[in-house]
Amino acid sequence: MEITLPSPSAAEPLAAVENLGVRLGGRWIVRHVDLAVRPGEIVTVIGPNGGGKTTTAKALLGLISPAEGRSVHRPGLRVGYVPQKLAIDWTLPMTVGRLMQLTGRHPRAAIDAALGEVGIPHLAGTPIQALSGGEFQRALLARAIVRRPELLVLDEPVQGVDFAGELALYELIGTIRDRLGCGVLLISHDLHIVMARTDTVVCLEGGVSCRGAPHAVTESPQYQRLFGPRAAAALAVYAHEHHHDHGQDHHGHDHGHDHDAEHHHG
Amino acid sequence: MDEFFVRALLGGIGVALVAGPLGCFVLWRRLAYFGDTLSHAALLGVTLALLLEIHIVLGVFVAAALVAIPLVLLGRRPILASDTILGILSHSTLAIGIIVVALMATVQVDLIGYLFGDILAVSWTDIAVIWGGGALVVAVLAVIWRPLFAGTVNAELAAAEGLRPEIARIVFTMLMAAVVAIALKIVGAMLITALLIIPAAAARRFARGPEAMAFLAAAFGVAAVVLGLHGSLWFDTPSGPSIVVGALALFVVSLLPFRGRAAEGRS
Repeated sequence: MEITLPSPSAAEPLAAVENLGVRLGGRWIVRHVDLAVRPGEIVTVIGPNGGGKTTTAKALLGLISPAEGRSVHRPGLRVGYVPQKLAIDWTLPMTVGRLMQLTGRHPRAAIDAALGEVGIPHLAGTPIQALSGGEFQRALLARAIVRRPELLVLDEPVQGVDFAGELALYELIGTIRDRLGCGVLLISHDLHIVMARTDTVVCLEGGVSCRGAPHAVTESPQYQRLFGPRAAAALAVYAHEHHHDHGQDHHGHDHGHDHDAEHHHG
Repeated sequence: MDEFFVRALLGGIGVALVAGPLGCFVLWRRLAYFGDTLSHAALLGVTLALLLEIHIVLGVFVAAALVAIPLVLLGRRPILASDTILGILSHSTLAIGIIVVALMATVQVDLIGYLFGDILAVSWTDIAVIWGGGALVVAVLAVIWRPLFAGTVNAELAAAEGLRPEIARIVFTMLMAAVVAIALKIVGAMLITALLIIPAAAARRFARGPEAMAFLAAAFGVAAVVLGLHGSLWFDTPSGPSIVVGALALFVVSLLPFRGRAAEGRS
């Protein structure tokens, strides 16, 4: 990987959960989870549905009070958050431009720049309800980055985005991390694409079942059990193909996935 | 123009200016039934005021706030569906209010006036209370606007990014109680919610942003008051219901399929 940041583990975490346990309706959603995000670090959380990914992210953000353990973050931490679910009712009139200022004011130029970065520069005046699923996710990402966050928490940020757009958005998240030096907590199930620029992968299924650098994790038996050997192969291809060209043209970026996935695995 | 009519207009316009922006949040947060519950508690507030010999507006505000607080607290740990809880509180406070009014043999209470408004009996003191209280409500709403709006879109997003949507929501509930208190004399306990939601609903079609919708809702509310009061004068109809019918007329017009800069959404 070509990341040139100082070893992330050296820095103080921006936010962390320690021995986190969350109960809901008499059962543990997650238990004994330790997770920290440091400046400049991309932590990707993967795991099955119901494995507690979103719950852990919410606890890290201080949105849920844990039954066990604790959640800490730097005082005054500037957060950009893309929640997993966000429905905007038709009764609520709002353009993309207004959405960008939902939790704070930003200069027009910054808003235009953020919308341009995610590939929807022309949609500032468009009502939210008229966006496609993919455009809406891009708008949500732009809204989170226009805040110049120190910690970016993205809960399945590419839902509804087509495959090429998905690659471009993951690429963009890496670029933003490099530019802002922010920590990123990324929750994902399309791990085969995301992991190339990830520093740490955490597999979550009620508790942490595996953790480490992408390649180390994909070779672990826990990971193979969770996602099967093919997922590891797909990841390997992407990481390999990834070395060339970074990021100018985010939209429709083609990463040339023409290699056969089996090539690396087999 | 007779002075009583001028007073009626001023009182009605004052209430409409406040009810419009607040009503937008009632729409966005789906609080129509909540508004009904608070206003039904108003009658209980009237009796409270008479018994304690305090100003009626104050009594109604206290009663509405007392009903609102358990609702806000119950909302956190839902035992029953919220419309069930609202239904229980709404109708029992109304029933208890009417019973207490009937029991108060010593005081003559104009029940119909409190239920449907008595705008033509609005005094200059009432107008001062409406405009003073209304200005305060609008000022507080402006202060909490961003966290309240962000929390309406998504409370967790707002909280994660450092706003306090929970506090904004509680303050907003108090503002609702305040509007119920100052609107009681104008449209009456039974019709306050109409003044909150109908102008806002009429404004939705023409607004591209939340702030624009709030201003438009206030404007439509004022138009409804002017229309309704003139109608009431010409046709000798009760004033509160006439204002509501005026608002309804505007809403129906807003539904007409003319072309505008309408933010139609789903395209």
